[in-house]
This record gives sequence, C-alpha cells and structure tokens, in this order.
Amino acid sequence: MPSICFYFQVHQPKRLRKYTIFDINRIHLYEADDANGQIFHKVANKCYLPTNQLMLDLIKRFNGEFKISYSISGTAIEQMKRFNPEVLDSFKRLVDTGCVELISETYYHSLSFLHSTNEFERQIQKHKELIQKEFGYTSQTFRNTELIYSNSVAATADRLGYKAILAEGTEKILGWRNANFVYQPVNCSNIKVLLRNYQLSDDIAFRFSNRGWAEHPLTADKFSTWVHGFDGNAETINLFMDYETFGEHQWSETGIFDFMWALPEYLLSHTGFKFNTPSQVVDMYPVRDKLDVHNYVSWADTERDLSAWKGNNLQDDALESVFKLEEKVYRTRDEGLIETWQALLTSDHFYYMCTKWFSDGDVHKYFNPYQSPYEAYINYQNVLTDFEAVVNARTAQLQEIK
Amino acid sequence: MFGWEFPPHISGGLGVACYDLTKSLSELDVDITFVLPTLKAAPDPKLHLKLVSSSDIKLNRRDINFTFEDFLAGINVIKIDSPIRPYITDEGYLKFLEEYNTKINASTTEESYNLHFSGDYGPNLIAEVFRYSYIAGIISQKTPHDIIHAHDWMTALAGIEARKYSGKPFIYHVHALETDRSGINVNKEIYDLEKFALESADRIIAVSHFTKNNIIQFYGIDPNKISVVHNAVSRTKVSKQADLIRKKPDEKIVLFLGRVTFQKGPDYFLEAAAKVLKKNKKVRFVIAGYGDMVNKLVERAAELRIGRNVHFTGFLKREEVEQVFSASDVYVMSSVSEPFGISCLEAVLFDVPVIISKQSGVAEVLSHSLKVDFWDTNELANMIYALLKYPALEKELLTQASEELKHIQWINSAQRVKEIYDDLSLIKL
Repeated sequence: MPSICFYFQVHQPKRLRKYTIFDINRIHLYEADDANGQIFHKVANKCYLPTNQLMLDLIKRFNGEFKISYSISGTAIEQMKRFNPEVLDSFKRLVDTGCVELISETYYHSLSFLHSTNEFERQIQKHKELIQKEFGYTSQTFRNTELIYSNSVAATADRLGYKAILAEGTEKILGWRNANFVYQPVNCSNIKVLLRNYQLSDDIAFRFSNRGWAEHPLTADKFSTWVHGFDGNAETINLFMDYETFGEHQWSETGIFDFMWALPEYLLSHTGFKFNTPSQVVDMYPVRDKLDVHNYVSWADTERDLSAWKGNNLQDDALESVFKLEEKVYRTRDEGLIETWQALLTSDHFYYMCTKWFSDGDVHKYFNPYQSPYEAYINYQNVLTDFEAVVNARTAQLQEIK
Repeated sequence: MFGWEFPPHISGGLGVACYDLTKSLSELDVDITFVLPTLKAAPDPKLHLKLVSSSDIKLNRRDINFTFEDFLAGINVIKIDSPIRPYITDEGYLKFLEEYNTKINASTTEESYNLHFSGDYGPNLIAEVFRYSYIAGIISQKTPHDIIHAHDWMTALAGIEARKYSGKPFIYHVHALETDRSGINVNKEIYDLEKFALESADRIIAVSHFTKNNIIQFYGIDPNKISVVHNAVSRTKVSKQADLIRKKPDEKIVLFLGRVTFQKGPDYFLEAAAKVLKKNKKVRFVIAGYGDMVNKLVERAAELRIGRNVHFTGFLKREEVEQVFSASDVYVMSSVSEPFGISCLEAVLFDVPVIISKQSGVAEVLSHSLKVDFWDTNELANMIYALLKYPALEKELLTQASEELKHIQWINSAQRVKEIYDDLSLIKL
C-alpha cells in the first residue's frame, strides 16, 4: 500500500531595492516595494491563483482522496497580505478541506541554522505563530530552508517536537538504499525523515517542458507508470517541489496544468496507491533504517550541498557580516530593527551572490534580480552598512536614556 | 597579413593583438608574411626578430624605402618606411610626429614630402594609406600566399589591392571602427573607406559581437559574412613590477589607462572620481595616457577641487604600464564604445579587479567583472567605492576572473581564425 506524498514550497523573498553609496546614511528603507509587488502579482496570476483553484477542484473531485502539503514562508504570507489577499484566502480554503497539511519552516526562509541556533528557533516560533493565526493550524512536520539537512538539523527539529522532517533523497546520504521508505535520523527516537524522490520530482519540476528530453512530452499516464513501477520496492513516493513549478517555471502553455489535473486519476488507478501527507506517512509505515548525515545536504543544483548560498568570498563575508550584528540588534529590543535584520537573513540574498556556474548562464540567473553576483553583494553590503549605522545610533540613544 | 602596428611599433592594443595572434597562428603551422608600413628602429632583440635585408622588390627609392625583415617563429615582417600611425589623436602618433619633425628639419629634404602637419593630419594619413595599398599590390605579386588578412581600415585597402593581383580571399579583421573612435562626429572619408572595404571583403572578423553589431548597424553589412573572434591574452599569470607610484599603506589607487580621447570616456571616469572622493578621501585616481582631452580634464579636475587626488601621467611605455598596473587597486575602462579592450584582461593578470563599460567587447568574455553603462557615473562610483570598502568583492572577482582567463587565450582565438582560413581556402573566388 504505497503512499504518494506531495509537498510544495511556496516562497517569495523580500527583494532589496537598488541601494548605492549615495543612499547610505540617508535612506533607511531597503525593500524594493514596486518590484516585489509586480513580481508577486505576476506569480499570483500565473501560478498561485490558478494552481490553488486546480488543487481545490481536485480535492473536491476525489472526495478527500487527493491530499497535498505546503510549506509557505512567512515572507510569502506577508506579501500575500500586502499585495494580493485573495491568494491567502485561496490557501485558507484549501486548508479548510482537511486534505492539506501545512509544514513548518523558518519565517524568513533563512539560513539561520548554519549560524545561530537561537535565531533558527526564534524564526520557527515566529512562523508557527503566523500559521496558527492565519490558518488556525499547528504543524507537525518541519522542513529547513532549501531542504538543508544534517543530523544536527534533525536533532533540533526532534527537540522542538516535530514528528517528521523532510530532506533530499540524494545518494550522498542514501548509499545503496532508496528514498521511498521512512527513515529515522541517528540519535533520534521520535522524529522520522522523508526523502525526496528527486528523479520523479524533477521530471515534473525541471524536465517537464524540456524538448531535448527523450521522454518529452510527459503525460500523466506515462508518469504514473513510472510511479507504479516502484510497487513492491517502495512505501512512499515523495514528490517535493517548488509550487512555482506550476505556471511559473513551467508555463501554462507547456500543458503543466492539464498534466496535474489528469495525474491523480492515473496515480490512483493502480491498486494500493494512495495520497498521504508527511505526518500521515510517518505514522503509517515502520522505520526501515537509521540515517546518519554528518555533512549538510540540500535540494539545490547538482551538488546537493550548501554551495548555492555559502562558500564563496562574497557569500561568506555577507553571512558573517549580518550575523555579527545579531546580539547588537536584539539588545535594542526594537521590533522594527529586529524584523529588518531578520529579513536580511533570507537565503535568496545569498543565492544571488553565487558565482558558481555564473559564466555559463543557468537557473541562478533566471531567478536573479541582479545582473551579476557581484552587484548583488555590493547592494547587500551597502544596505548592511547603513543598517549597522542605524543600529549603532539606536544603541547610543538607548545608552543615553539609561 | 597587413597590419599597421607590430611590437615595439605600437600605440594601442592593435599591435599587441597582431603580435599575439600571429604568434599563436604560427604555432598552428600558419606561415605569415606580415607587412608593416614602417619600422622606426631595428626590432628589439628580445623579440627574437631575425632581420633579413631584401632587395628583390625594385621600387623608386623616393616612393618607398623597402627592406624585408625575416621572421620570428614563421613570421616575415616587411617594412615600408612611412611616418604614419593609425589613430589621428593618438599620443604615440603625436610624440612620433614631434620626433620625426625634428629629425626631418635636421636632415635632407628628400623625405619631407611625407609631412605637412599644419594641424590637420587626416589628409596625410589617408594619403599614406593609399601609398601603402599601392605597395601591397606589388608585394602580393612577389609573395606566395593563400589568404590575405588585413587589420583595420588603414590596411584594408592594401588587402583589396593584394587580392586584385593574387585572387586570394581577403579577410578584413575589424579591431575598431570609425564609429567607435569618433561617436557622431565621424570622419566621412575614413567611414567611406571602411564601408567600401567591409563590402569588398570576402570575410570579416570582428573582435566582438558588440563590433559585429556595429558593422551591421552602422555599415549595413550582411551578418552572414561576419565571424566573431574575441581577442585574448597569451599569459595566465604575471609577476608584479616595482611600483611606479609610491603610495601610503592605507591609500588606494584607481586606474584609467588608454588614450585620453572621446572614445575612452575619461571624462566619465573623472566625474565618478569626484563622487567617490566625497565619500572616501584616501583614494588616488590615475589617468594614464595621452590624448586631446587631457587639458580639458585637468581643468575639470581643478573645477571639481579634486586636483590633488587625480594624476595625469601622460603616455606610458610598456614597462611603465606594467608598473602602474602593479600599483593599482581598481582598473576602470569607461569607454563610450570599445570594440574589445584587452587592457581589462591584462589588469586581471596583474591581480587588479576591473570595472568594464557595458559598451565593450571584453564584457562578452570576462563575466567575472563589474559592468556599468559608461554614462552612469553614480553606479561607477558605487562600484569603485564598494571594491575599496568590501575586500571580499575583490577577492572573489580575482579568484573567478583568473580562472576564466585560462580560457581566454590567444591559442583558442588563433584556432578560430585558422578555421576561417581553412573554410575560405575551399571557396573558389
């Protein structure tokens, strides 16, 4: 009785405005309001609204048999409320069906785990409160930004009481095993880990419209045959991907919506296959093995490591510079300053600074509002220079009051 | 091969490009006879040029003073005596003319027909170009060859003339266009000559897509006969030279290097300098090179009250160029229209991060650089300031650019040129 487990990531960063040396000490607003609004509207119309409607229709059509899960970042929810509340309402309607699981993450879709456990836990708590407030929902499953995972991430999530955590099903951590079973992180007795079946997930997320791909065009029928092919050697097929796959990465013209509309029927046609969400899957199946992961893995690029966000001079310098301010920022007890600082931890800022493959022109460029990683870094550091001055001024002010 | 410059007889990037390209081509077993208009002095022995005197071309001594020079690694250098230089406003040319005038005044009147420098060099240059072309026709008849390859407009007519006699395919290699050099104030005569040569050429090699597009847009040439072969460097690493400029430990140097003319955008560099200096006083801006805009810029620097932080070096010799690169912290190429810009690659060789005008060819190959529209002096200032303030930026730029430079090598470009030769050799004209 294998499960098919869908998880979609919904995230929009708060992109920074163009910020030059001439703005330092003069303008203390860093967000690119216009650009963020425009991008949000575009993605809402191409992806969020039509895909939510499609998912809602599927749930109704299959009478509770079709189930999915989402992780929605805090910055994405903020932008829904600010730019297009209808998007948030449509997610609420989905959650109200009872067929949708919401997954917990860091509010700012941040890399905080790598630098500060305190900040990591603060952001999870903040996200938890937001999800409770907006959806009246308490998550039992956790996923870290970009599926960044290791024993220590799992242990922290375990300590925080989650019963499931998601990770990339890369051979780097699986060895001879496959991703289609429930595993348990070493040294944990409660939490269980679900691993992304990256071949099948990427068939939809990346290869769907690739005309150079031997399997193009991908039909729901064909895809279901591949999934059913795992019968007997799988207990859960975990299909994890960015939600923007639908309509944004794969445009409507590619037939992605028709594919998704047809898919559940084909998948359910084989006896035994059922849709379930992560917290259901970990309850349904036994732990088949322990998973021991010392080095971080993620779902990014071909390396499946941290190199998309961390490791080059620009990224490391920017990360060190921003985390160096943590204590100082919190000492001001100024909510506005704390939130500004937290938004600067969003992983996208560091993704834009990735120089790996930059000269080849690749997926990093597509999602990048900057012409080059160097410009991304300059802009970020200029913002940080100003922000630090603001924090210092506030600190001095507070000392005077004392 | 016809070229106007060859080391050490150079005033810009053209001679260096010709030298490096021919050297790599010779490594690919291409035999080259390189026809130069003039050799001012015997070639530097360090260049390993073997000189062979030649008298097999009989010409009126009044017209030309002709000697064959033997080759370095398969290159024959042929010298034709002429006082001309490619770029009318070029510092090397001005300096050369000065020297030449002095020499002429002190010697016979026999050579003086070359020189009428009443402040208007244009007509003389073009006259020299025609004379050079005439000789090219004679050389073509006496020198066996399969391909005619001419660099820039000064020698393009020579290429056409040579083809008239040998019937071999003629390649016009475009390193620069009149539209780059002069903006909207183009010299009609030179423009017409370029257009004629571009139309006549069997194949055009452009040093960048930027230049290819200009050839199509401004000269109306069929894109199908234009191939892009980017310029390159022939080294991957150099050793730094002793500093030409003494600087204090906490002082930074931002360099502009090139002809101080409209095309190179030194005025934008200066405006950006003023903006940086408002935020950071411990920076010196060096404008290395000579040109017709120097006086205007000196005045402007004074007006901006930044004269103490801006230095004009005048024309620099090759070794001085290497010294000034070694001392610099940032290299800026603010060109209004730059067909390629090899100096940016050289800067990287000297571990100097570069800020490149988007209106340039080098921007197509050096992705690990900062790029800016030449007119956007705010952004240029922002980038200079950032490079000086955030050390990680320089570190990453240099790490990546040095790696990238390993693939921007002349041997690769020469390979492309050879493919074009092979391709053309198959065509019966």
